[in-house]
Amino acid sequence: MTNNAPNMTAGSGGTATAAQACEGGGNAAKTDAMKILIIEDDLETASYLLKAFREAGMTVDHASDGDSGFFLASENDYDVLVVDRMLPKRDGLSILSELRGSGDDTPALILSALGQVDDRVTGLRAGGDDYLSKPYAFSELLARVEILGRRKSAREADTQYRVGDLELDRLSHEVRRAGKVIPLQPREYRLLEYLMKNAGQVVTRTMLLEYVWDYHFDPQTNVIDVHISRLRSKIEKDFDAPLLRTVRGAGYMMKAGD
Amino acid sequence: MLGRFRAMLGTTAVRLSALYLALFAICAVVLVFYVTAISEGLLRSQTETAIHSELREISRIYQVRGMAGLVRAIERRSRQPGANLYIIAAPQGQIIAGNVASLQPGVLDEEGWSSIPFVYQRYGDAEEGEEAHRAMARIVALPNGMRLLVGRDVGEPEKFRGLVRHALAMALAIMFVGALAIWFFVGRRALRRIDHMSDASRKILAGDLSQRLPEGGSGDEFDRMSRSLNTLLGRIERLNEGLRQVSDNIAHDLKTPLTRMRNRAEAALASAEDAEGYRQALEETIAESDQLIRTFNALLMISRVEAGSSVAEMGQVDLSGLAADTAELYEPVAEEAGVALVQEVTPGIMVKGNRELLAQALANMIDNAVKYAGDGADSRIVVRLEKEGGRALLSVSDNGPGIPEDRRDDVVKRFVRLDESRSKPGTGLGLSLVQAVADLHGGALELTDADAGDAERQGLRATLDLPGGAGK
Repeated sequence: MTNNAPNMTAGSGGTATAAQACEGGGNAAKTDAMKILIIEDDLETASYLLKAFREAGMTVDHASDGDSGFFLASENDYDVLVVDRMLPKRDGLSILSELRGSGDDTPALILSALGQVDDRVTGLRAGGDDYLSKPYAFSELLARVEILGRRKSAREADTQYRVGDLELDRLSHEVRRAGKVIPLQPREYRLLEYLMKNAGQVVTRTMLLEYVWDYHFDPQTNVIDVHISRLRSKIEKDFDAPLLRTVRGAGYMMKAGD
Repeated sequence: MLGRFRAMLGTTAVRLSALYLALFAICAVVLVFYVTAISEGLLRSQTETAIHSELREISRIYQVRGMAGLVRAIERRSRQPGANLYIIAAPQGQIIAGNVASLQPGVLDEEGWSSIPFVYQRYGDAEEGEEAHRAMARIVALPNGMRLLVGRDVGEPEKFRGLVRHALAMALAIMFVGALAIWFFVGRRALRRIDHMSDASRKILAGDLSQRLPEGGSGDEFDRMSRSLNTLLGRIERLNEGLRQVSDNIAHDLKTPLTRMRNRAEAALASAEDAEGYRQALEETIAESDQLIRTFNALLMISRVEAGSSVAEMGQVDLSGLAADTAELYEPVAEEAGVALVQEVTPGIMVKGNRELLAQALANMIDNAVKYAGDGADSRIVVRLEKEGGRALLSVSDNGPGIPEDRRDDVVKRFVRLDESRSKPGTGLGLSLVQAVADLHGGALELTDADAGDAERQGLRATLDLPGGAGK
């Protein structure tokens, strides 16, 4: 990976995640630093997250209990809230529902040590936009936060996505590269659409599984990788410039070569 | 005996029947008093009417025939059998005519109704003893100052009332004795059943979860209670057994990778010369811990699913769509492993369940089949969904080596992997989760031969049998 973004904080000699974090944050489209609030009571986790998010080029505030978290979230304007579910004084879900009740729709990601099944459903119902259960990989959290932070300005309304010479038309569901139509299966189209919508962002395997298949479980095997390599062979087979890159230890990213 | 009796007095049955008895007795007493009061009032008003009309007759006689006629009429009436009481008295109180020998003093002084029944004595009564009668009367002052009394004996109704009250007392006494006897037998029987139950529960409390409460077989309240408590105990026993198994397995199965991880870190610390060496060791450590996390998550998931339906929202799930999606998700992986994945999905089958869990169960079944389908050229997996009666049968079959019949019960247990060498990746929890999901949905997981037609490669068919395979 030869990605040298100008606003990248020097994370030299960092771990795999830190190095990856730099890549994730290194999006040329980004003009100012993303501002996020972490509400997390475990100080060790919090300081690790603060350091890692700052290395990824974000401005980070931290609150260690529910009351101060709610205060900060309602007083300041953040791009993303990262809220632990179980907090002293006030739990994460009640913070979110009150914020939503007062018309604050800052994207929020819920972190939870509670297990699976329907916890995420209750979390999303309370006003969360995304849900991640502990333990998680930081790369997963970072990728999700970055995508949430860009949601406001997202290309939701665009009818065409373009990465390099690859074009995707959301009305005719047609994909062209260098003007040549590439036939795709519906599922491959969905995969590509999501990757292109979030071009320049790391998209993790679980995010793809959630968006394309609407499954929230861990498939144990590398199912997504195989789908991606099929897709890749279709869009890159006859072309030199790679577009769909593998971000080691994290996921995938659509990006025109530079 | 006394202790038993005291214990019996404390039972709910006895307390309830005592309460009923008391209520019943109060009602009976009130009823009797009410009836007697009403009938007494009725008798009284009848008496009054009779006396009144007789007085009217007599006063007419007096008006027509004068005093002498009146005395004659009274004398005549007095002699009739069952006659009323008549007195004509002088202004000073001496009785001049009538059928009353003596009278409570003062009765004649007041005109009108004698407000309370008074005591009198008839002629001829004296010989039979000093028995006094009670009567009700009306006293009228005649224009010449004489006084006339017409009255009627009220002894009969009073006797009747006494009789009724006596009968009531007797009935209450018999009822009380009867109730005591019934309590004794019913209460003793109930008490014995409850004693059995508390004996059994004491044993269970002491830790013997295989004990069950006795069931009499009569289907009464006690049996119903025993039965539901026994079901509860069965569930607790299963959960407890599961918990014990899990903790044993965690000790066994997680120690190995943890040790491996630790050794790797230690070795890297001791021998890695450059950043690349550290990097590789760290990456391996992360991969290993990811696998551990995966195992923990799977364990957690299983225990949550086993904990019951409260953790999972149930809704209508399009099982056909889900089967097709999941098969499609795994199709490239299967292909890469050299296995053909075939879908035979009947469209439009809906079940009530949790989509996420059903998808994961099917994913685990397919994942399992891909791993063990064998590596022959004609390896294939069939994902089939069909309706049979009121059930939906979702099966995944392969044409791999299969599982010997006597080991099939084992493979659904946690961490059991028949592949002793553990060469294939996996947590050993896949089918345990499928089993838990089947139980949660009131279905079953069946493992059978796939009848692939080859003795060497029996194949395995895992069937998720779910209730309620309704059409769309």
